[in-house]
Amino acid sequence: MIKAVAATGQLGTGFKAHTLAAAAVGADFIGCDAGSSDPGPYYLGSGATQASDAAVSRDLELIIAEGLKNDIPVLIGSAGTAGARPHLERTVEIVRQLAVKNGWHFPLGIVDSEISAERVIEALNSGKLSPLNGAPEISEQSIRSASHIVAMQGPECFIDALEQGAKVVIAGRSSDTSIFAAIPMMNGIPEGMAFHAAKILECGAASVVERKYPDSMVAYLENDGFTIEPPNPEMVCTPQSVASHTFYETADPFRLVEPNGTLVTTDAVYTATSDRAVKVTGSRFELTDDYTVKLEAASLLGYRTIVIAGVRDPLLLDQIDDFITKTRSVIEGKIADSLGLSTDDYQWRWNIYGKNGTLGPFEPINKVEGHEIGLLIDIVAKTQEQAQAIGAVAWHTALHQPIPEYSGLVSNLAFPISPPATNAGPVYEFSINHVMHLEHPSDTYTLTLEQI
Amino acid sequence: MTQLHELARLIRSKNAGPFELTIDVMFENREAYERVRNSGMLSIDKMAAIYHVDPSLVTSFEADVALAIKISIPRPIASGSLNDTDIFGGQFHSPIVRLEIP
Repeated sequence: MIKAVAATGQLGTGFKAHTLAAAAVGADFIGCDAGSSDPGPYYLGSGATQASDAAVSRDLELIIAEGLKNDIPVLIGSAGTAGARPHLERTVEIVRQLAVKNGWHFPLGIVDSEISAERVIEALNSGKLSPLNGAPEISEQSIRSASHIVAMQGPECFIDALEQGAKVVIAGRSSDTSIFAAIPMMNGIPEGMAFHAAKILECGAASVVERKYPDSMVAYLENDGFTIEPPNPEMVCTPQSVASHTFYETADPFRLVEPNGTLVTTDAVYTATSDRAVKVTGSRFELTDDYTVKLEAASLLGYRTIVIAGVRDPLLLDQIDDFITKTRSVIEGKIADSLGLSTDDYQWRWNIYGKNGTLGPFEPINKVEGHEIGLLIDIVAKTQEQAQAIGAVAWHTALHQPIPEYSGLVSNLAFPISPPATNAGPVYEFSINHVMHLEHPSDTYTLTLEQI
Repeated sequence: MTQLHELARLIRSKNAGPFELTIDVMFENREAYERVRNSGMLSIDKMAAIYHVDPSLVTSFEADVALAIKISIPRPIASGSLNDTDIFGGQFHSPIVRLEIP
């Protein structure tokens, strides 16, 4: 039997130190996912991290300390939110600093899964790329425009690092499940069990009935199934809570595609083994010879300036759509006159909160029903200076744009902050959503061992 | 008539990667789950109409063991791209919360 511990759902979001300490006793390893594409393309594009260094350091210090105390490996995947080289280096630097502080010594495995545009172009030209659902069109040019391209690794990179003696592994972009499937697979646990347990574990305590705060999770894996039991005595799992979690953030809840095959949960059976633990059996894995890694990339689109404003005047609200149409056109004229920029040089939108700001084209109501609205004027131009210049023209023009009901100078917008326009920095978009077919699982990562 | 939220314990949406959205409707008991499932109100055609997408792009799953119905659709705009309004896709379930279920 393998006892697997997930420290928390995302490194840097925290867990109770005493929960992890209790969970780690008798465990075979501690894993933690550190990344996600959910917060958008900015992190992959820019190299920035979602969680602060302080928050990541707090979690990593406790996790590695428990790993060393119990003499079990620690596996961290998708370092630094997006798992590209800057994210990986930043996380490894935190580990080095913690080691100096605590007097730790151990072999550190570092898995770099960023790949060059040239590699991807070569794959494109030799028919080794396949688009996933909703994938954008790609070309040599669009691939070259990416700031970073990462290949989402499977469990093999962790297995490789552990076999070479690593006690702690920090990996760049890797699948959520790879972190938790690696050691069970090394110990002969069938892939169906290893990957299904990993899918539940990767979100930490999210599979409990009511997760009041982020915390650790434990799975006991055997050949015929696995048992999920929250180590925090305040939390409980039920067959329904665990089955429901298999649904979370996946388009198809019954078939989860991994690099070396597909986890099939159609026949999974969830049985309560106590009033807070659940055994899962019946999941299977369809192995494939066609080993694929998912590629993610983010490309720079331009630079953003935003204006936030409230509108409360009932006469203005009654004509808000006409007002915005008119004002936009007046502003576009001014931008052409005073800045020499045409509408080909920038993109902008006016989001109306209180009408359709949240759902956009999906909004079935699509009209103002309340007594106020919030406006977001979102400008993306080729340089930050241009975006800022457009923002300054936009807010000042909209502020004083006349409406027919009033004569004399009006002030239409309530700006909650000064300056009314805020530079929001570089803007990226996800530009690749393809899988790359590999000859060997190790083709898209580089493993380095460092003696800490 | 009863509204969907009165029968479900959870109605949520979320990205399934940056290019897809997935909507989960989860139930406390089998009776409510079967009532909604059998009503056809969350059928592929109905959901395609609500979300203005081609029915061929909509996939739907019923999980008896989880008492849950899942509907997945491609995102009209990838997460975080220009004109996206919801990076996490967390509010896209809203139009079905008050859906009338016979």
